[in-house]
Amino acid sequence: MMDHEMIYIYDGSFDGFLCCVFDSYANKEVLTAICCDEDFIPTLFASRLIETDKSHANRVLKKIVKVSPYAGNLLQKGFLTCMPDKELHLYRLVVKLLQEGPGFLRNYSDEILFPVITAVRHLNSEAHLLKGFVRFSELGGVLGSEIEPKNRVLPVLRSHFCARYMNDTFFIYDRTHKEALFYAAGKAVICPLEDFRMAPPDETEAAYRILWKRFYDTIAIKERYNPKCRMRNMPKRYWNTMTEFQDDSYFKAQNSPAAVPAPVARDGIPAPVTPSGYGQSAPGSDF
Amino acid sequence: MDVLEKLTILTDAAKYDAACTSSGGNRTAKKGYIGNTSSSVAGCCHSFSADGRCVTLLKVLMTNKCVYDCKYCVNRRSNDTKRAAFTPEELADLTINFYRRNYIEGLFLSSGVFRSPDYTTELMIQSLRLLRERYRFNGYIHAKAIPGTSPELVEQLGLLADRLSVNIELPSEAGLKTLAPDKSKAAILAPMRQIQTRNQQNKEELVKYRHAPKFAPAGQSTQLIVGATPDTDFHILRLTQGLYDRYKLKRVFYSAYVPVVEHALLPSKDVKPPLLREHRLYQADWLLRFYGFRAEELLDDQHQDFDPRVDPKCSWALAHLDFFPVEVNTADYEALLRVPGIGVVSARRILAARRAGPLHIENLPKLGVVMKRAQYFLTASGKMPDGLRFTPDSLLRGLIAAERPALPQQDMVQLSLFDTAV
Repeated sequence: MMDHEMIYIYDGSFDGFLCCVFDSYANKEVLTAICCDEDFIPTLFASRLIETDKSHANRVLKKIVKVSPYAGNLLQKGFLTCMPDKELHLYRLVVKLLQEGPGFLRNYSDEILFPVITAVRHLNSEAHLLKGFVRFSELGGVLGSEIEPKNRVLPVLRSHFCARYMNDTFFIYDRTHKEALFYAAGKAVICPLEDFRMAPPDETEAAYRILWKRFYDTIAIKERYNPKCRMRNMPKRYWNTMTEFQDDSYFKAQNSPAAVPAPVARDGIPAPVTPSGYGQSAPGSDF
Repeated sequence: MDVLEKLTILTDAAKYDAACTSSGGNRTAKKGYIGNTSSSVAGCCHSFSADGRCVTLLKVLMTNKCVYDCKYCVNRRSNDTKRAAFTPEELADLTINFYRRNYIEGLFLSSGVFRSPDYTTELMIQSLRLLRERYRFNGYIHAKAIPGTSPELVEQLGLLADRLSVNIELPSEAGLKTLAPDKSKAAILAPMRQIQTRNQQNKEELVKYRHAPKFAPAGQSTQLIVGATPDTDFHILRLTQGLYDRYKLKRVFYSAYVPVVEHALLPSKDVKPPLLREHRLYQADWLLRFYGFRAEELLDDQHQDFDPRVDPKCSWALAHLDFFPVEVNTADYEALLRVPGIGVVSARRILAARRAGPLHIENLPKLGVVMKRAQYFLTASGKMPDGLRFTPDSLLRGLIAAERPALPQQDMVQLSLFDTAV
């Protein structure tokens, strides 16, 4: 029945992906790859460009949620992950779900489910770590921060930060996926943002950065120094955006660079400085 | 003295406290207030310090001035060190500003005993009240109840904090007498009992009146110093079990003794902190809380200390080989939890997965089972892993080898061709 093999090309949105699923059933085609139109490299294999149709997408999602609400959640979260060929893995999950019913979702070790659930766990654990590792700077009453996650964590982080800073205005910029979560007056939006540079701190902000770095360097017990354990719990790729691992320029206020004491703890263990790939002290801010 | 210097002194003085958790509180955000408490079961770590410990709370002392002279403590009266004290405003300002920048999950406030326990606690209450009421802080607060404080003040402290803790510090009365002559077992246990009773009572109140003020909703914890006194692991573990059973503690923390001072009654200053022993105690603590083990199963009068080479669960398994192998397709949850290499999460996954069909050995790693330990102790659909041969003797060697790379504090030993040891 389903025997034509085909590569689908879609617009990169979640709805677009659901339409790929819809069309594969409508055209009775088995998908060997699903590509985002941006990364598609023309091949000799047959391919088809899929139009995104909101009503088709809704029908697919409704059906999946009806069979298993858990699978619906898995699909939405799975789409945010950085798993290679995530579309194909998710497509196979849907096919198996519609063929066999939701029983196999109980079995973590199922060969179709396992890669998806592993990727979703990676997403969840990255989001959980970032709940702690996000560092805000206060600039003119607005809290701003930058992160460099592997997965698209902003939709997962949204509820946590919106609840916590309910009465504040804040934004989180995702450097990897070039999008930002904005929150003000009870409303949150996630929208693409091509380029963003944080403005240098004012004096108050610089003072709290110094206080925090001092606290961080002092709280460690020398006799128990264990950098491996630290790295296991807080992988190095997060350090780049964390206050405690920045170099001196990060702690200098915009106006009076000389007035600030160097943030060195006498008896503490100074945190290593990460090479900053992005200029924290570049002038001007997009926000 | 400016805030930066105060922060340095009072952090340095507070760093030996092990507790740094933010779990257990579950308070949603309120209009006009700052923050909430994390709803996730595991709490939320905001950083990890150079020693690998989690940094969740702004852990500082109110003051490091102290009238006590506990031999093991950096803040003891006779120690020549710089003293400082936060004003309530400074502390509240730091907490709020750190919290808004997402540096911390809340405040951990402890203190040296300044003048008297009551006076110190009043200072702490004053600070916390300012933080809660004027600065409208709605995040997590962990406060230390100082032994010897009057019950009225502990009550007030509990209404402001999410979690209270009373540190036992030394696991035996004899240890207290020699090293902390100003403290007594009775003075430590009194506030502990009070917090427990009050907590229980508060639960009943909350059933009757939804808006009854909450008393330490995240419960209480305590800390024991390991290695400052000659107490055995068995003694410490039984004490821990008693605290969980009778005082309904949420957590008991162990702190490997770091020699900060030369004293005839204490280990010498160049003794390394017993980190491996602390690690084994934490492993055993998890077995008590989540795995249904009892202290008497893990250790007894003949075996007073843990085997440093293998973890307590493996030790138990090696002593009870007749219990194994466990068949993963039929064993109940409690039996699965007894298998080394199977934890709470993987046991639950096994229970769920086997409803979808029989499990085989190759499924198990994907369910989160650590096969390098578990392989000796289980069967799946009647089979053990292919090619696995072992005797009770090689079993121990295999387990030791499996764990060695993950162990903290390994002493390098020059290997010798003529050594006959393991």
